[in-house]
Amino acid sequence: MSIVGAKVIRKEDPNLLTGRGQFVDDIQPVGTTHMAFVRSTEAHALIRNIDVTAALECEGVVGVWTAADLNLPALPGVPGLERPALATDKVRFVGEAIAVVVAESKYAAADGTELVIVDYETLAAVTSIDEATADNAPLLYEELGSNTVAEVPTADDHQAIFDAAPHTEKIKLVNNRCTAAPIETNACLADYGPAGLTVWASFQAPHHLRNRISAWLGIPQDQCRVITPDVGGGFGQKINFTPEFFVAPVLSKILNRPVKYSQTRSEAMTSMYHGRAQEQEVDIAFDDSGKILALRVFASQDMGGYADGTGMGMPVLTTAMSAGCYVIPNVSIAWRNVLTNTTPIAAYRGAGRPEATYLIERAMDHISYKLDMDPTEVRRQNYIPEDSFPYPTHSELAVYDSGNFEGALDELLNIMDYEGLKEEQIANRTNPEKPLLGIGFSSWLEIAGFGPPGSLEGFGHLGSWESVQIRIQPDGSAIIYTGASPHGQGTVTTFAQIASEYLGIDFDKISVRHGDTATIPQGIGTMGSRQVAVGGEGVKNASLKIVENAKSIAAHKLEANPEDIEVTDGNLFVKGTPSKSLTWAEVATFSFQRLELPEDMDPGSLDTTILQEVPNFSFPSGAYACVIEIDKQTGDARIRDMYLVDDCGTVINPLLAEGQVHGGVAQGIAQALYEEFSYDENGQPTTATFIDYLMPGAPDLPSYKSGRINTPNPNNSLGAKGIGESGSVGTPPAVMNAVVDAVRHLGVTHIDMPATPQKIWEVLQGGSK
Amino acid sequence: MSYPTSMTINGTNYAKSVDPRTLLVHFIREECGLTGTHVGCDTSNCGACTVLLDGDAVKSCTVLAVQANNHKVTTVEGLASEDGAFSPVQEGFRQEHGLQCGYCTPGMLMAATALLKEIPKPTEEEIRQNLEGNLCRCTGYEMIVRSVQWAADNPDGVPVAIGESS
Amino acid sequence: MIPAKFDYKPAESKEEALSLLAEYGDDAKLLAGGHSLLPLMKLRLATPEVVVDIGSVDDLSYITDKGDVIAIGALTKHRQVEQSDILKEHVPLLAHTASHVGDPQVRNRGTIGGSLCHGDPASDLPAAILATRATLVISGPSGDRTVTSDDFFTDFWETEVNEDELLTEILIPKYTGEKWGFEKFNRRAQDWAIVGCAVQGGDNPGIGMVNMGSTPVRAAEAENALRSGSSSEEVAGLADSGLTPPTDIHGNESYRRHLAKILVQRALDN
Repeated sequence: MSIVGAKVIRKEDPNLLTGRGQFVDDIQPVGTTHMAFVRSTEAHALIRNIDVTAALECEGVVGVWTAADLNLPALPGVPGLERPALATDKVRFVGEAIAVVVAESKYAAADGTELVIVDYETLAAVTSIDEATADNAPLLYEELGSNTVAEVPTADDHQAIFDAAPHTEKIKLVNNRCTAAPIETNACLADYGPAGLTVWASFQAPHHLRNRISAWLGIPQDQCRVITPDVGGGFGQKINFTPEFFVAPVLSKILNRPVKYSQTRSEAMTSMYHGRAQEQEVDIAFDDSGKILALRVFASQDMGGYADGTGMGMPVLTTAMSAGCYVIPNVSIAWRNVLTNTTPIAAYRGAGRPEATYLIERAMDHISYKLDMDPTEVRRQNYIPEDSFPYPTHSELAVYDSGNFEGALDELLNIMDYEGLKEEQIANRTNPEKPLLGIGFSSWLEIAGFGPPGSLEGFGHLGSWESVQIRIQPDGSAIIYTGASPHGQGTVTTFAQIASEYLGIDFDKISVRHGDTATIPQGIGTMGSRQVAVGGEGVKNASLKIVENAKSIAAHKLEANPEDIEVTDGNLFVKGTPSKSLTWAEVATFSFQRLELPEDMDPGSLDTTILQEVPNFSFPSGAYACVIEIDKQTGDARIRDMYLVDDCGTVINPLLAEGQVHGGVAQGIAQALYEEFSYDENGQPTTATFIDYLMPGAPDLPSYKSGRINTPNPNNSLGAKGIGESGSVGTPPAVMNAVVDAVRHLGVTHIDMPATPQKIWEVLQGGSK
Repeated sequence: MSYPTSMTINGTNYAKSVDPRTLLVHFIREECGLTGTHVGCDTSNCGACTVLLDGDAVKSCTVLAVQANNHKVTTVEGLASEDGAFSPVQEGFRQEHGLQCGYCTPGMLMAATALLKEIPKPTEEEIRQNLEGNLCRCTGYEMIVRSVQWAADNPDGVPVAIGESS
Repeated sequence: MIPAKFDYKPAESKEEALSLLAEYGDDAKLLAGGHSLLPLMKLRLATPEVVVDIGSVDDLSYITDKGDVIAIGALTKHRQVEQSDILKEHVPLLAHTASHVGDPQVRNRGTIGGSLCHGDPASDLPAAILATRATLVISGPSGDRTVTSDDFFTDFWETEVNEDELLTEILIPKYTGEKWGFEKFNRRAQDWAIVGCAVQGGDNPGIGMVNMGSTPVRAAEAENALRSGSSSEEVAGLADSGLTPPTDIHGNESYRRHLAKILVQRALDN
């Protein structure tokens, strides 16, 4: 029976369920001091003076430093636009770090920060792309002369196609600013002693952080160790080079003591980089049958107060994926990146692809409105057929590998009663006791499994591979070491499943180690749904390599040919003669003993390291539907059902895969209905705590009905595509299409996210778009 | 100012002199070294810090340690039995994948434990309602609901040894 | 996250609490369940020099049938109010409203007195106290005095209770009718109401509103209509009359006015 594809419960859980997890704040070496930041209360201001006198005298405070005291290089970032580790002459967003306090306790550190007096000269702030790009807008960098730091125009706007088309539609979309807000905030602990530096960090990529910290400090990598212990969620938000990871080591060196930073939530809300915050102008040209003739996308990416390298890449991914699952012969893409006096923008679960899916899926529904055509029929007119792969698109980045988009829709319709729902929708309109009912679809496709050679180097990583080392112990148990860096995905379990399958060693005798640059030679880290698609493939290939060597040893000992050796259930035996067998323990022991080995084999052969590469991204896809009820009197929208059909290729562990989808879907629903990180006209955040930033709780979300189809990934032998971000990519348009569907009969064609009750009520009053 | 504070946590007495502004969650984590209880926010919303105070679920970030003076606290470390057997709620979360990153989990387990003491056979709606004070970012809650249902259906739990898979 | 330093003074009795308040005056704040005060202190929006902890004053936690009224000690927890058989029978509006406060963990700590003295127009219980025409007993250096719920809430986050006084008891007339309801409109179950209302019928009907002004307020014009036997639509139509609801990121004034009407109607009809 195959363990790949089985619902195996997790190896990670016993520790986490008994309070034995080790998160950064749980770790406290002797002598640990505590760090806290003084953060800007202004969105855009010159710093005239920083008075630390009172703070220095505060009981328990060990030291207070500003940029002037430390003379630090800028943080790793976009050349010419790097962010200072501590603000120097100017601050560019509320929450920017200005000074740092270290104290004997968290409590004293908090007291110390309250006593630092910052003298600001307030400047006018820009808090939206419109404001930032207006004539005479205040500039975040005077010397740039503009807040637009990059602009990539289209090569061909296909205007002739639009001019000749039977129908055209222009749509303006806003992909609302969100913050990932994992329940554990950023945290780090730096211990810089005579033997070197150790940094514990709540981060998604330990080697990546190690490489950057050591370069930034100017110390050799061999003396810099980064450990990512248990990490309480990441969602792409824990891969950014924010000041704490660099300042803590510096202060640890100065003080010769460990320095720990546990971010408060209020700090995290403004200082952990945000996601989405993209506006789009979309033009579509289509014919009477609903076939799209041309698509034009101009994406404006809000970058926040400092241009982050990952943030720069968001509209690149969005525009690359704008055509979605559809055959669109003429696609024109353009984008720009604009600074504003807000928290910088970087990746958040889906990272550029939710923005793409939202725009194309809303566009499809706009076609359905214009032609009065069923939205599923519009999609059927345009799907890329199942036999078209590999499918090159308008973008070099995106050559889709496989998919059955129409099949996913068919399966979706199988698990829901679409006809019944449509009848109910009509009946409800005239029944005062019943809510308005909306049904929304999303046929989505995303780019994952980052990525082919060069792809992650473009985001500043060392490479695009992932490292897997498998080492068989003398007793036949196995240890996997990987650069993959899980923070909830269950990688310890899935990798052990894959290894168990291909090694023939019991799942309970396989451990997976990650998150320590001292024990894992190299690694890239976890982002872009790559752990299984890249790392998992590495586990399989490393397992097969080891098995090859093991078979040679067994063959030698059993006097057979290596081709005739089979491996199963902890034994290696001669095909057809099961009595001629050796246990893994025996073979493993022999692997260390020269006298037991074939002539051409050295001791230590059951140990292999692979830097697994993949030739292409992977392209998970699926079809989601949302059934939403809108209270006619209050405008309150509540999801009654979410139907989810995912195609992630091979599923390693259906329990874990389902969990990943649920989590992504929840965040997608949250973006569509609840969450928006917003600012007032002075750049003051208005949703800076969990009171006002509305992350849904259990009573606020529905249960999920799942289905599945499977088109294996042709670019890895596992056939796996990855699934971590799918839910957050596919969900927002399903929800918003449902919301608009519910009020279509009033002539409404658009409502922006988040679809708050007040917005919907205003639409019901007749303020339709 | 230092105030003598003593409480029983998971059956063990802890007596310390603390700054009275010390939050119970910090007392538990830092004075007593029980780091299973977590901090997730600073506005009493997320519930990651939930413990039982005299058997009632409370947010330990919104209780001063001195308010728990002479009271009984139960944290996640106190859920399993002496020989390590999981409580039904712990086992339910393991069986039904009610946790991913594990950070909100201790608070969820305590809130769910309190819920089941009050309502041994809750409906799905009752489970969701009674977990309204506990935020999770990873699971989307469905599998947490299934986990609590498992515990309700298996009040004696299943003594599966740690390390065994099912 | 971390409160500022303070001196901690636990009180074992009402008298001890009053004497500490007399000693420290406006440098002191009372701590009961802590779920109004501690969140403010953790954000350093409140920085009292002295905290007088009355959480152990057990004789201020009770729910007693006193004939015409139910007497509730100020330190009674929301959970106890929610689950009280006495209240479910005689003042069901209050028991039901308490079940909506915060979440279960909050209800295990927060007290009715603490919630009322916080004077937050966005809190649920003040609306119920107004609607049930409760009387509040305040103890001070010169003894006890009684204030009607109408007079209790004086300004934003301010009440009749002076610096040297302590709210000790809430007296609520028993309600024998069937016409009562509490409606709370919020985004997430754990949120404060965007708008809410507590309605109780009878000879002297009360409609207390949540988040419709700078203090907890009654919809007095709507109450008059209810008293004079108007239909629920007519009563509901007056739910926002004379009131000035706030505008914030969760709802603007117009939307709140609209919600007030819908919620009052629902409270009356259900």
